[in-house]
Amino acid sequence: MRTVHKGILAGIGLMLASSTSVLAQELTIFWAEWDPANYLQELVNDYTAETGVTVTVQTTPWSDFQTKTFAELNAQGDAYDMVVGDSQWLGAASEGGHYVDLTKFITDNGVDKSFVPATLQYYSLYGDKYWSVPLEGDANGWAYRKDWFEDPTEMANFKAKYGYDLGVPKNYKELTDIAEFFTRPDENKYGVALYTQTSYDAMAMGVEQTIFTWGGDLGDYANKKVTGILNSPENIEALEAYRKLYTFTPPNWNQAFFVENNQAFTEGLVAMAMNYFAFFPALANEATNPHAKSTGYFANPPGPTGAQHAALGGQGISIISYSKNQEEAYKFLQWFIRDDVQQKWADLGGYTCSAAVLNSEGFLKATPYNQAFADSMKIVKDFWAVPVFADMLFQMNDRLHPYITTGEGTAKDALDALVGDWNKTLGNDS
Amino acid sequence: MRWSATGTRRSATTPDGVPTTDRGASPVLICRHQGVRLAVLATLDSGSRAAARGWSDLAIRNAFILPTIAFLIVFNIFPLIYSLGFSFTEYRVSLQKPAEFIGLQNYADLLSDPAIWRSFTTTAQYVIVSVGGQMIVGFGLALLLNRPFKFKGLVTTLLMLPMMLSPAVVGLFWKLLYDPSWGPINYALGIGKFEWLSNRVNALFAVAITDIWMWSPFVMLLSLAGLSAIPKSLYEAAAIDRASWWYTFRRITLPLVSPLLLIALIFRTMEAFKAFDLPFIMSTASVETIAIKLYQMAFQGWDTGRASALAYIVLIVVLCITNIYVKYLNRAKER
Repeated sequence: MRTVHKGILAGIGLMLASSTSVLAQELTIFWAEWDPANYLQELVNDYTAETGVTVTVQTTPWSDFQTKTFAELNAQGDAYDMVVGDSQWLGAASEGGHYVDLTKFITDNGVDKSFVPATLQYYSLYGDKYWSVPLEGDANGWAYRKDWFEDPTEMANFKAKYGYDLGVPKNYKELTDIAEFFTRPDENKYGVALYTQTSYDAMAMGVEQTIFTWGGDLGDYANKKVTGILNSPENIEALEAYRKLYTFTPPNWNQAFFVENNQAFTEGLVAMAMNYFAFFPALANEATNPHAKSTGYFANPPGPTGAQHAALGGQGISIISYSKNQEEAYKFLQWFIRDDVQQKWADLGGYTCSAAVLNSEGFLKATPYNQAFADSMKIVKDFWAVPVFADMLFQMNDRLHPYITTGEGTAKDALDALVGDWNKTLGNDS
Repeated sequence: MRWSATGTRRSATTPDGVPTTDRGASPVLICRHQGVRLAVLATLDSGSRAAARGWSDLAIRNAFILPTIAFLIVFNIFPLIYSLGFSFTEYRVSLQKPAEFIGLQNYADLLSDPAIWRSFTTTAQYVIVSVGGQMIVGFGLALLLNRPFKFKGLVTTLLMLPMMLSPAVVGLFWKLLYDPSWGPINYALGIGKFEWLSNRVNALFAVAITDIWMWSPFVMLLSLAGLSAIPKSLYEAAAIDRASWWYTFRRITLPLVSPLLLIALIFRTMEAFKAFDLPFIMSTASVETIAIKLYQMAFQGWDTGRASALAYIVLIVVLCITNIYVKYLNRAKER
């Protein structure tokens, strides 16, 4: 009998030992379901070939990416070893103890020198620590109809009306003029497609980009102050400018995000559309955009004071605190930041944040939008990354959407009310 | 009080109603109080397997009831009480910090938040349009079906299909139908590129129409049960008195079917008030019902304390509305 017990115990021990070693040979990365996730899976197959460690990129639709990630993190689950998370999550994920502190890794491996500084600041830095390695750089840019802009009749008519040449807008005044010029409902043509959706961060990204471009800010992130900053005269003007641009969008354009903006463009409805660069491959592809050959791209133009900024998209990759394969995850990140891997990542279609690759001639000429992307990545700014960021997003949607889409109230009233909400959410007295 | 007993093999009652059973019989004891069946209890059949294993009646009853009670306590009662506790605290599950007691602050904040009232207003509008539509369409269909005709069974079954589908499938399917560019609805109505789901008002009606399509069969089914239970003699008497169709409908059909209609109304109002699936799939941002607001607060903002308080406010509102209906239902039954 004793022999039987010993045999069973030995069997269980062997099983546990072998299962642990099997687990160490697998890594799971969690990301949203979109093309860059497919490119990443293709890239990490090389890592598997080199090391024998299987890396799986698990995805979920964008609509429940945040919910699913935090449900797993809050439960301290180890289903994922790494997550390619939004920059706004840094506060909640780091303060909640869900992400591993990567400060030493970033400095020891020179990531702080080899990656574009703005990407490290927004994708990785929270407090005085780094929590991720920038993985997919992205920013909000513009696509435009080159054939409309270069049409001799349109050019002549535009010059006659506005007194300067029709071309890629050099500032927001020109952008607004062009949007107005092409708004012709009787021809089913409109000036611009903007972000207006309120289910998450869509409208906020469009508005913040305009605010930053007007020289304004969403607050003092370090000291968590908003009074006098969020409702500053520049921000009021910027919000009025966004409202004005909204009047040049197609009818009922009050719940639009990246899908609708690309659709408006491919259907030949608008002269210009704002969108993240990650969604521009669809516009450059003739199979998905009949106007692909006559589509041009530009970075967000400067505002009245000359300030030029773009809303940050993209994500950094972080190691989950509850992962049982943290050592293996570190090794993977070490492989990922290699120059040759970053080059391959860019070749596959991923938006690298490596300065060397981003500034290389090959990258800039690889697609019609890479130059605009590289320009944009140098001017990115981001939303709040505090743990209460989602509350602040919803409050922003609630306060600003009625003004932008219906003209209800004034820009000042809307921003003053938002200051009240944000002060309360941030725990400020005033 | 009147007692009666029936058995599967042998059973008997004494004149005063006390059950007497022979060994081996398996009588079911039914206690009637004011015409209502109250309890069913039986002694064990001595030939049964349970009896052979020495199980008592009580053990068998417990074996059936205890898992359900345990399930209810673990998955319903415990979370209900736990979340009530959270509703009085400042707590975010994402931060893994201890909850801080703040009394009724969450409730006060929520009730003074215009965004919450806007969501409640949207929900109320949705409930009125959707449930109103379901009652009219469902009862109308039941009136049409309440007569003999060829393939009646088949037609009734086909009409019930929508409510058997998954709300997610229905939502995605109708989203395609409403598509402004190539959706068949715009084509059939000849309204060009009408945007059904991007505008708040249009979206509310669009989602409500989908809900009406999906749940009218439920109202139809209950109404049909009520209509078929009305004694034919009443209609015959009305016909002899040469009562008009409208008079017969108002004085016989409607009063007698109203208890079942009210039950349908209670169920559908409760469901519509909690509407999440269809609005979420079809137009989250345009039709921001209170359930969607709650979801955003709980699972996107991870504001656990505040979300718990909102959940309790919604629960209280639903209970109040249901109580009003139940009061009317009792009145209708008394008539």
